[in-house]
Amino acid sequence: MPAVFTLLVQSFLGLTALGIVAVFLTAHFSAVPVKYNLKSVFIRWRSTVATVVGIALVVLVYVLLQSLAVGIEKSNASTGDPRNILIARKGATAESSSLVTRAQLRTLQYFEEIERNAAGDPVISADVLTLASLPRKGQGGEANVLLRGVTPRGMELRPQVHLVAGRWFSPGRREIVVSRKLAGRFANFDVGDTFKTGPTTLTVVGWLDGSGSAYDSECWMDADESRSVFEREMYSTFLVRPKSPEAATNLIRRIESDKRLQLRAESETGYYQKQTLTAAPIKWLAGFLALTMSIGAVFAAMNTMYAAVGARTREIGTLRVLGFHRRNVIATFLLEGILLAMLGGALGCLISLKWNGYTTATLSVESFSETVFSFTITPTLAAQGMFFAAALGFWGTLLPAVRAARLPVISALKAL
Amino acid sequence: MAPPIVSIRDLSKLYRQGDINVTALNAVSLDIELGEFIVLMGPSGSGKSTLLHIIAGIDRPTHGSCRVQDTDVARLNESQLADWRNRNVGFVFQSFNLIPVLTAFENVELPLLLTGLKASRRRQQVTTALHLVGLIDRQHHLPRQLSGGQEQRVAIARALVTDPPLIVADEPTGNLDAKSATDVLEILRSLSQQAGKTVIMVTHDPKAAAYGTRQLHLEKGEIVA
Ligand SMILES: Nc1ncnc2c1ncn2[C@@H]1O[C@H](COP(=O)(O)OP(=O)(O)OP(=O)(O)O)[C@@H](O)[C@H]1O
Ligand SMILES: [Mg+2]
Repeated sequence: MPAVFTLLVQSFLGLTALGIVAVFLTAHFSAVPVKYNLKSVFIRWRSTVATVVGIALVVLVYVLLQSLAVGIEKSNASTGDPRNILIARKGATAESSSLVTRAQLRTLQYFEEIERNAAGDPVISADVLTLASLPRKGQGGEANVLLRGVTPRGMELRPQVHLVAGRWFSPGRREIVVSRKLAGRFANFDVGDTFKTGPTTLTVVGWLDGSGSAYDSECWMDADESRSVFEREMYSTFLVRPKSPEAATNLIRRIESDKRLQLRAESETGYYQKQTLTAAPIKWLAGFLALTMSIGAVFAAMNTMYAAVGARTREIGTLRVLGFHRRNVIATFLLEGILLAMLGGALGCLISLKWNGYTTATLSVESFSETVFSFTITPTLAAQGMFFAAALGFWGTLLPAVRAARLPVISALKAL
Repeated sequence: MAPPIVSIRDLSKLYRQGDINVTALNAVSLDIELGEFIVLMGPSGSGKSTLLHIIAGIDRPTHGSCRVQDTDVARLNESQLADWRNRNVGFVFQSFNLIPVLTAFENVELPLLLTGLKASRRRQQVTTALHLVGLIDRQHHLPRQLSGGQEQRVAIARALVTDPPLIVADEPTGNLDAKSATDVLEILRSLSQQAGKTVIMVTHDPKAAAYGTRQLHLEKGEIVA
């Protein structure tokens, strides 16, 4: 995003926030009692209800889309251990499009930066990632699923993945463990079911849970078996555990500078955090939809508030005769509009809670596979929704409030 | 002798409507003493309301000056004028102008909300004002639950709750039956006689006019008697 644009958006939001604070302060210090607004609003309740519902809808759409983005970010952020280093082919954009050789694996095994386990073996896992097109539940057609061939080392390196049903696969028996969250979306994913991929039939022997990480969108099987089933000579990526943070830095530098290896290394968490980019389009969509729907909501609020000002011309004049200032009149109408909009915002947030934790899926842009994640409605998000509603109320009421304040004092006596 | 509370000199008000000018007030000069109960009479369109509005600081003259106590009202800006009205003038409208969603008590309290008085002190003043108009037992009623005469008495309570020196009333009995009108006029008279307020009232009704201490007749924007 261009810096100027960001600056504009930020100043606009800042201005709105200042305006809202000013309204609340003015209303607090000298004022027409809030009760006046609350009761007046419900006299013309039809247009009030329409406005509240409209704003609730806008806030609902905004909060839900943002909560999807939060869910994706959370999934990416909770994937990976900061101590692990992921090694992929230079230029590969996703694990599944990376290819690494057995020769490279042999070279890496002798790097002394890598931790050894109790048996003296280097803690390094060579994974095989493949995409399988599998039938969805019901009439959903087919979708890609990411299958990961892992070694026992690979499972040790990913302790957040655990078994929730059945048992782990045993090598050589064409067995697979699928994610519980995917099991709800694909046919034949129950424990004991079998499904075909290419000429091979695989048996589901268990369900795994990735604790909200990206592994919730994967199926795991034995690495060597995966290579034979999919006739792959090569691996996709290496995951290694260096001895110490210093060793990790050295390892990354060593791999990156070795021209013969043609590999790229970075921390596992760093790698998955970059995948957060997939949340960006959803955020843009949320922003775009919110913006376009906002325009409608602002006009609805404006309409309601112009009607309110029109119907209360004599009351406004009376307040002015009694000594209320123009700023009091502006504040009282803005407060009314903001409270109205925040009522809509609260309604929108409440409705959105119904989807909190609800799991859905999208196509990952990097791997083209089904990626599951959950709507996650955080307090920050709800607060954003409320601020959004207040902002709609503020901008929708500004012009009607100014009109009210500009009415001549005499209108108290003329309009009947 | 004390200086007059209202001192009007050479006051004119012109309304421009397209090509024609309407002269609502034409070079009016007038002094009103403290505690007087002035009754303004005259045919429709003679400028009574216009004069009242200028004295009350809700309209501005085209020429001339209007001093109330030591303030040249016409010289105040919009915001100063609002404060000045709040402290110095109680206004009684022909059609009551109570806020329909607020109770009698809350309506009377409105002008006090601008004064910075504490809630307990406000309550005391509102109660006193409602006692004075004989409506303390109706304080929690909404305007629509009151009769016209009662509404107007609440409006009078609202006009006097800030204890202003000047009470102005534009046809306060115009929408009332004879009994209610008498009640309202009695209250206005006692405000002038017992509380020492200066009252200026516009009326068409000769019986109402009899309550005043001085009658002024306007015709075509000029005081004729
Ligand atoms: N806003 C305005 N624009 C143009 N002319 C106006 C305006 N207000 C008042 N006038 C004119 O000024 C003149 C005096 O009006 P004003 O309201 O003071 O009369 P009034 O004596 O109170 O009459 P009434 O007894 O009918 O209330 C009238 O001719 C009226 O038409
Ligand atoms: Mg009049």
